[in-house]
Amino acid sequence: MTEFEPKIVGFLCNWCAYAGADLAGVSRIQYPPNIRIVRVMCSGRVDPVFILEAFRSGADGVLVAGCHLPSDCHYISGNFKAHRRIMMLKKLLLQFGIEPERLRIEWVSASEGDKFATVIKDMTEEIKKLGPSPLKVQVEGLIYG
Amino acid sequence: MESMEEETPRIGVFVCHCGINIGGVVNVPEVVEYAKKLPCVVYAEENLYTCSSEGISKIKEGIAKYNLNRVIVASCTPRTHEPLFRGACEEAGVNKYLFEMANIRDQCSWAHMHEPEGATEKAKDLVRMAVAKSRLLKPLEEPEIDVTPSALVIGGGISGMTAALCLSNQGFKVHIVEKEPELGGMLGHLYKLYPTMQDASESLNHVVNSVKSNKSIEVLTSTVVKQVKGFIGNFEVTVQKANDETANFEAGTIIVATGAPIFEPVGMYGYGEYDNVITQLRLEQLLKDGQLKKPESVVMIQCVGAREKEGRTYCSRICCMTAIKNALLIKDLHPDTDVYILFRELQTYGKHYEEHYRTAQDKGVKFVKYLQEKSPRVVSGKNGELTVNVYHALLNEELKIGSDLVVLSTPLIQHEDARELSQILKVPLGPDGFFFEVHVKLRPIDFATDGIYVCGTAHSPKDTPESVSQAFGVASRAAIPMALKRLRTEAITAVVHENLCSGCGTCVKLCPYGAIEKDEKGVARVTEVVCKGCGVCAATCPERAIEMRHFTSEQVMAQALAALGRTSA
Repeated sequence: MTEFEPKIVGFLCNWCAYAGADLAGVSRIQYPPNIRIVRVMCSGRVDPVFILEAFRSGADGVLVAGCHLPSDCHYISGNFKAHRRIMMLKKLLLQFGIEPERLRIEWVSASEGDKFATVIKDMTEEIKKLGPSPLKVQVEGLIYG
Repeated sequence: MESMEEETPRIGVFVCHCGINIGGVVNVPEVVEYAKKLPCVVYAEENLYTCSSEGISKIKEGIAKYNLNRVIVASCTPRTHEPLFRGACEEAGVNKYLFEMANIRDQCSWAHMHEPEGATEKAKDLVRMAVAKSRLLKPLEEPEIDVTPSALVIGGGISGMTAALCLSNQGFKVHIVEKEPELGGMLGHLYKLYPTMQDASESLNHVVNSVKSNKSIEVLTSTVVKQVKGFIGNFEVTVQKANDETANFEAGTIIVATGAPIFEPVGMYGYGEYDNVITQLRLEQLLKDGQLKKPESVVMIQCVGAREKEGRTYCSRICCMTAIKNALLIKDLHPDTDVYILFRELQTYGKHYEEHYRTAQDKGVKFVKYLQEKSPRVVSGKNGELTVNVYHALLNEELKIGSDLVVLSTPLIQHEDARELSQILKVPLGPDGFFFEVHVKLRPIDFATDGIYVCGTAHSPKDTPESVSQAFGVASRAAIPMALKRLRTEAITAVVHENLCSGCGTCVKLCPYGAIEKDEKGVARVTEVVCKGCGVCAATCPERAIEMRHFTSEQVMAQALAALGRTSA
């Protein structure tokens, strides 16, 4: 049996985190190819429903990444709003039987390509240890079982 | 724009080799073959460099030949190349918002150089995600607005007047609103200016007279700004005079030049208790009016209420030079008077400032370094004579300096009414209370709100040349939209579906730009030209009544779910 390769969906803000991910590439910093990035203008755009839907659709992990607290946000305070939502959502995930570690919020500036790569490495490793999302196992059971 | 006819998506996908940057890792032909099988994709091809003139022609040809109404380029990052490809689409008659990119270089081939299989699979996923979003894209237009060619300058000090003169010289009408009865601001209270020692009034009068005689500058003194509505190009300003009379006018841009008063150190070092403990500003007035009786010994204490561990943690920048200047003025009047400057650190950072400091040393001004944790103490004797006790940090000994005049150097602080003005303008104050620019390095005199700018000591403590430089800066920033006369605003904005809105007002509170308000029907309404498109409102709306253009929930979700191999409903 091949090793479990987690599927991670990343919602990255256009101004900091997405640019940080670009820089990781430009700097040829290598990280595992487990993340699929969705660009949004601000981390504050990330609706909790996007995250829940991603888990429901089989994501093993979800990353939300934006501009550093407190004052890097291109839209003044979207990062704070994202932060608050994710903290709430982690509690909710627990009630659904999803390990809160599968959801991460990280601050990555446009100059932190190395940090972005480290975050992805860490997250991929951590989720590998956790194994496939329990929800995925259930959903796949429902759909394909 | 919502009314544009829906047409069946016909997507063309152009996969770039980027020389060997992508093609050397990702199996590009395989990605092209994969793309061809995706829903709504009617054409796919590979290019050596899609961004080359040949590649751009290929896109345009593809649009014409296959009747494409959506274009995807799978190459590098939209942060650098999206404008180029959007331009190609527009030239070929496809709305630029119907273009989408898949970043298979920066976030794929370059980051997974040693995993060609994983990188190819990821590239396919990224293309599939782009297709999922592309199918749902809608054409958008950037609204155009007219710009009123007049500026509101709040504050009639040297900064505000300089900015006003600059703008009027460029042909714009200017309204200066000054809350005091006279123009001049802080400079009107100063005596000499360092390092040239010219009279402050000399520089000031020249500027005041130019302003007063300028027909395109309207000066409103004893007047404050009461209300500002609208947005860049179209601000509606209400001002109130001292007699409560109000007036309204329009402005295309707004400059905040409200200046800064000094901190009154009541209760510190005997200030307010002993008559001969005064501030530098008071000393300056005494010198200006020729009323300073000859002192035997003057002790100046620096950083009084500044560079504190909490609260006013900032350096006020002007105090070291002000103390040196006033010490020199006293020495010039009374060479045998002892003048001490008790400092924590001396900052004589400007052009010709260090020379000024050396002159003071040469003329016998005594500089004593004290430590913050061992601040000087001012004690009064039986006959009212003062003694300043200070631990000399370099000599490592306690000094007792008899003094008949103690002068406290206190920082510039924000006006008490700045908070109110910041709320009227919807621009922020920083942690130190001063007006807060959008980017400290790259946009140091802009606010995040378009069309509003800041200069002078309203922004942070600074001296006259620095304030004047910033005033020139804001004048040129404000002139840009006014010279253009028309502006294109953001197309990626929020739109409220009225029938779904419950009028809860959550979005109104959360919008960082004040772009949403409740209309007469009690439902949220977005002022499009104020909206910056962050999408915080759309993510928060409990009724899901707000749609974020170009990043609609359906579009973002379709892209995310496509990453997981699922399609959204």
